[in-house]
Amino acid sequence: MIDFKDKLVLALGERDGIPAPALSTCVESVGGRVVYAATECFV
Amino acid sequence: MGSAPKATLTTDRRPRPVVRAARFAVAHVPGLVLAGSKPRRDIAAGGAETRAALRRALRSFQDAVGYPPHQVLLGTLAPEALREIPRPWHLRPLLGARPAGPGGAMIDEFGFYAWLARADTARLVHFAEDFAEELRPRLGDAAISTKGSAGLRGAIERHAEPLHLGDGRLIGAVMPGHDQDESLAAPVLLENFAAKTTGALALRCLLDAAGDPPDGEDDPVDYLIGCGEEAVGDRYQRGGGSLAKAIGELAGVRTAGACDVKAFCAGPLHGLLMAGALVASGMCRRVVVVAGGSLAKLGMKCRGHLAAGYPLLEDVLVGAAIDVAADDGRSPFLRVDTAAVHRIADGTAPHQMAQVLTVAPLRAAGLALGDVDRYAVELHNPDITEPAGSGDVPARNYQIIAALAAQAGEIARSEIPAFAEAHGMPGFSPTQGHIASAIAYLPHAVAGLTRGPFTRVQLVAKGSLFLGRMTELTDGVSILLERNAAQEPERRTA
Repeated sequence: MIDFKDKLVLALGERDGIPAPALSTCVESVGGRVVYAATECFV
Repeated sequence: MGSAPKATLTTDRRPRPVVRAARFAVAHVPGLVLAGSKPRRDIAAGGAETRAALRRALRSFQDAVGYPPHQVLLGTLAPEALREIPRPWHLRPLLGARPAGPGGAMIDEFGFYAWLARADTARLVHFAEDFAEELRPRLGDAAISTKGSAGLRGAIERHAEPLHLGDGRLIGAVMPGHDQDESLAAPVLLENFAAKTTGALALRCLLDAAGDPPDGEDDPVDYLIGCGEEAVGDRYQRGGGSLAKAIGELAGVRTAGACDVKAFCAGPLHGLLMAGALVASGMCRRVVVVAGGSLAKLGMKCRGHLAAGYPLLEDVLVGAAIDVAADDGRSPFLRVDTAAVHRIADGTAPHQMAQVLTVAPLRAAGLALGDVDRYAVELHNPDITEPAGSGDVPARNYQIIAALAAQAGEIARSEIPAFAEAHGMPGFSPTQGHIASAIAYLPHAVAGLTRGPFTRVQLVAKGSLFLGRMTELTDGVSILLERNAAQEPERRTA
C-alpha cells in the first residue's frame, strides 16, 4: 500500500485502461499532489 | 445540393439504411515502414545501425499474405479461427494463402507505387527512370514523372521525401508542394498520397465487387464520406481540407459529392452513422464511407518487435470502403435508431464508456447484452501490441462488456470469461487505428448477418481526442447492425 500523502505524482493514463483524470482523482483523494497528468493512446 | 444533373434524390420514402458490403485494400509497403513516425525518429537518433536493424526485420509480400490476421481482414478466415492457431501468428503462415478474399485485396509495393503514380495529379512524385520502366506495365495509359539518379539525390537534398523498396533500393521521391509551407512538406504529402491511394483502392475494390441488385442497375454513389486520419490542407487550413472527393476521383467515381468527417479512430463510425442518416432521410440513395491508410503508424511498435525477435508487423497500409444504401431486402439493417455517441458530460473511464456505448442503447432498444451475437470493438492484433507493452486491447474491452452483463444480472460472475469468448473475438486488425476501431470486422458481420447465423452485431469505436491537446476528453460511437427482416422467413425455412 503506497502512502500518497504529500507525494508529487505523475499520472500517466491510458485510454483503454485507466485515464489520467481518474488516476488524478484517486491520488488527490488520499492526499497526493498531481504535478503532471496525461492520457495516451498506446495503440 | 447543387443543380442538374442532380447527384442526390429527395423522395417521400424514408428507406431503412443497410450496409451492403465493406472492402479493405491492404497495401504491403515494407519500403515505407522506415518513413513511419516512430522508425523515422529512431533512425534519426540511432543512425545507420538502427536503419539496418529495422530493414533486416521487414517481411516479404508472401509472408504478409500468409499472415493469419491478414487473411481474417481479407475475409478468408473467421476471426475465431485465430484461437486455434498458436501465437505468435507470424510463425504460422497459412500455406496457399491468396492476396484476395471477400473482405478485400492485398497488393505488393509495386502495385502500390503504380497507384501512387496515378494519384499524383500535382506531378510531385518522381520515379527513378529504371523503376519507371518496371512499373510501366502496371500503369496502363497513366503518365509518370521520372528523374535520373543524380536528379533524385539532388531533390532529396532539397527536402524531397525518398521512396524506397523494402530491399533499400531508392526508386523515387516526393517533391515538396511548396518551399516554405510545412503543411505541404514532402513527408506530409507522402502521408496524404498514401491515404488517397489506399482509400481509392478500397473504393475501387468495393465497386468492382458490388453485384447489381436483382431488379436492375446498381444505384450510383451519391455521396462519399471520408474518415481517414490524415491532415490535408495548406498552411492556412492545415487539416481543414477533404480527401474523400480526391479518393472518389482516383477510383473513377463520377456521380458523388463528398466531404470528410474527423474523429480520430472513431471517424469511420461517425461516418457510418451519418451515411445511414443520409440514406434514411431519403437525401441519398447510396453513400460510401471511405478511408485511406495511415503511413505515420507504420512501424509504430518497431522497438518492441525488434526486442521480441519479431518481424516488423506494422508494414501494411489499409484503406476501407463501406457501402450504405437503402433496404435491399437482404443486407443487414444499419439501426440508426440504436446509434449512441459519447457525450461531453459522460465519463471517460472504460466502464463508463461501455455503459454509454454498449449498455444504454441496447436497453433503449429493449435488448439485453446477450442479444448481441458479436461485439466489434477495438480489434487491434495482440501480436502487434503485446510486445510493445500495450496488452491485449480487445480482450480488455470484452472483459468490461462481460462484467457489465454480470453487473446487470444477465450472467453470473463466474460466466464472465465464457460470455467474453462467446460474444467477442481475438484481435486481428493491423494497428491502423481507424481500421482497428470496429470496422475491421464489417465483412464478417455482413456475412454473418446474411448467410450466417447472426441476428445482431454491435460496432463500438473509440477515438483519442486528447492526443491533439485541445481537451482531455475521449470519444466513442456505437451502432447496431441487425439481420434484415426480409431474411427472417428464409432463415426459418432453411
